[in-house]
Amino acid sequence: MRIESAAAYDEFRRRALDSAAAHRQEVLVCCGTGCLANGSMRVAETFAKEFQARGLTAEVGTFTKRTGCHGFCQRGPLVVIQPAGILYTQVKPRDVAEICEKTVAGGTVIPRLLYKNPADNKRVEHYGDVPFYANQTRVAMRNIGKIDPTDIADAIGHGAYAGLVKAMSEMTPERVIGEIERSGLRGRGGAGFVTARKWRACRNAEGERKFVVCNGDEGDPGAFKDRSIMEGDPHSVLEGIVIGAWAVGAHEGFIYVRDEYPLAVVNLTVAIEQARRHGFLGANILGTGFDFDLAISRGGGAFVCGESSALMRSIEGKVGEPRQKYVHATDKGLFDRPTVLNNVETWADVGAILLHGAEWFAGMGTEKSKGTKAFSLVGKVKNTGLIELPMGMTLRDIVYGIGGGIIGDRPFKAVQTGGPSGGCVPESLLDLPVDYERLTEAGSMMGSGGMIVMDDRTCMVDVARYFLSFLTEESCGKCVPCREGLKQMLAIYDDLVAGRGKPGDIERIETLAAGMQLGSLCELGKSAPNPVLSTLRYFRSEYEAHIFAQTCPAGMCRDLTSYEIVPELCNGCHLCFKACPADAITGETKKLHTIHQEKCISCGACYDVCPTEGAVRFFPKNRPAENREAV
Amino acid sequence: MNGQPCVNTAPLDEILARYPASETALIQVLQDVHHAYHYLPCDVLVKVADALDVPLAKVFSVGTFYKAFSLVPQGRTIVRVCTGTACHIRGANRLIEEIERLLKIKSGETTEDMGFTIKTVNCVGACAMAPVVIVGERYHGSAEPAKVAKYIAEAEADHEN
Repeated sequence: MRIESAAAYDEFRRRALDSAAAHRQEVLVCCGTGCLANGSMRVAETFAKEFQARGLTAEVGTFTKRTGCHGFCQRGPLVVIQPAGILYTQVKPRDVAEICEKTVAGGTVIPRLLYKNPADNKRVEHYGDVPFYANQTRVAMRNIGKIDPTDIADAIGHGAYAGLVKAMSEMTPERVIGEIERSGLRGRGGAGFVTARKWRACRNAEGERKFVVCNGDEGDPGAFKDRSIMEGDPHSVLEGIVIGAWAVGAHEGFIYVRDEYPLAVVNLTVAIEQARRHGFLGANILGTGFDFDLAISRGGGAFVCGESSALMRSIEGKVGEPRQKYVHATDKGLFDRPTVLNNVETWADVGAILLHGAEWFAGMGTEKSKGTKAFSLVGKVKNTGLIELPMGMTLRDIVYGIGGGIIGDRPFKAVQTGGPSGGCVPESLLDLPVDYERLTEAGSMMGSGGMIVMDDRTCMVDVARYFLSFLTEESCGKCVPCREGLKQMLAIYDDLVAGRGKPGDIERIETLAAGMQLGSLCELGKSAPNPVLSTLRYFRSEYEAHIFAQTCPAGMCRDLTSYEIVPELCNGCHLCFKACPADAITGETKKLHTIHQEKCISCGACYDVCPTEGAVRFFPKNRPAENREAV
Repeated sequence: MNGQPCVNTAPLDEILARYPASETALIQVLQDVHHAYHYLPCDVLVKVADALDVPLAKVFSVGTFYKAFSLVPQGRTIVRVCTGTACHIRGANRLIEEIERLLKIKSGETTEDMGFTIKTVNCVGACAMAPVVIVGERYHGSAEPAKVAKYIAEAEADHEN
């Protein structure tokens, strides 16, 4: 089973492709975490049963494949029938028999299961024609959704490890680093450090024992690309790590995976075991005499461990506290040995770059940000999910093109990127090309690729408070500016959202922010004021409304907002009555409903469910009826 | 440490056998201990410190630093409400309130019958399905306060089986 030369790899791949060709049809069922939440496992099981019962496996040569995340989680469970490329969305187990009969055996499509493009109300038959997919370019995610992540032969059939074979049989470690350098690859974890520079420093560092580490501690809330890559195509990650290890001369490596990603741990464990059996890991890799092995280290659920020096302490079995960075990890990293640490997506890009060449990768993207980037497009956008695009695409194309616009066609307010270290980009910058430089100039950052779209019903003061509360909880407590600065800032925000804001609060926030930026030990503390400063920069008027008028323009701060039903518009549909968690609404079907202010907790559930525009409205709390229009 | 019952240490021996007896294995061992006991029992921690030759203070420092660990017993089913950014702006707070109301405990607490513990999680990475509630192992995407009672009832039925 061990593959010990380039020729043996080619032979293995040919055989893998031959056996795949015997599958005349394949039914790909998405079993990423999103689709699993929608019940895709039962859909996959029903397909397998149904095929057996109908004898389709033998007769038509049909196979079911459980794949990783296809990305379009919003419409899951997703089923793709190959080679026709038909995409069915929101498939239920009860649809399976019909799919087998009409599509698999009969070759016809079932219109009701096809995706309906809201732009023209037309059903889209082919996977590649759905706007969500049509505008993407996939490199790191090249095989996700196509392969069974637990089957190495399937992955190899789709080109896994071809970059490794090419590197080890045709190139020198120096040339590999040169190739990565010319590709312009930069860290996909967010900071955008030049990958080849790290590799070269580690290669040149003194010492025999060196490490490579994969950072799979994707802690930014709102980001899940690394999870999907580890779950859906673990082999592309392993391939990149082995290439990196060979290039820098490391013989040991670790993949640090978040505690909250159990499926990623399972699929990586299977992949490592298979890679070892096939000679891509372990002793004498591909017959070259190079030894390298890899272990998984499960995180303990601490956001700060996404920071490289804290992550390495955590692998060592210690408390995950960062250290000062004047000593580089490439000199003294894990166990004080020279270490290269890269993000999951960065590692996944490496194999493709070596296979297709630096020029191919550098041909995509912008001047300083090359290649493609994976994002999770989430929040108040119609098509939520996982996407990968060339750097430099504008926010407008992402939110309105791929994302299909805002839910309920409400006004767009901002996109939050970069997690708790990032910021909010406002509507005036919708035509901003997305790359490392532009996002930083806008006061945000790339981060883990989370893009959280916000509409007019998102309060920017509350968003800043949310990140402060997140970071206060996650600060490791080692340095004072971060630990105490966050706490004091959060106290001010608690006042702002409760209507206790005072003149001078904005200035106090700015002073604290400057102190934290200057004095914090690690990037978590230094970048912690970013959500605060970017909301202040673009949405200062919302802050002023909270402080000087005790109002929340978005109507989200409960202490500042009341709701009422407009009698002329209420049609008595009774939905608000059912949605109210506080029993504050009275009314019978087809009759006028009323919100009782003394019971109302201002959660806004009635506003969100009301199908009649304007029938439920919000106004500043404790404001006399005659002044209510002034919101 | 007072008031905690002595626990069966058979699972611990099995766990320790899987790892080298060094500090490096500490977090992995504690993960497995937590999985086996649903919390970190004090008498087990003493044995872990001894077996890995790590000072007990260090074991406690790691055991209290990471969120994955709890020093108090947890309910049979953990109700985890994701409070990632996408879930936050899509109404995670309302879900927490409703779950707290139904189970009559606050977030972070455990019901008296040890049936449920409510926890908030800073992002489970299922953001496209926001807001998300995970009851036991089951993920509920696009969760609504009105459906929370059903999620809990399903888990209760699992308890009885």
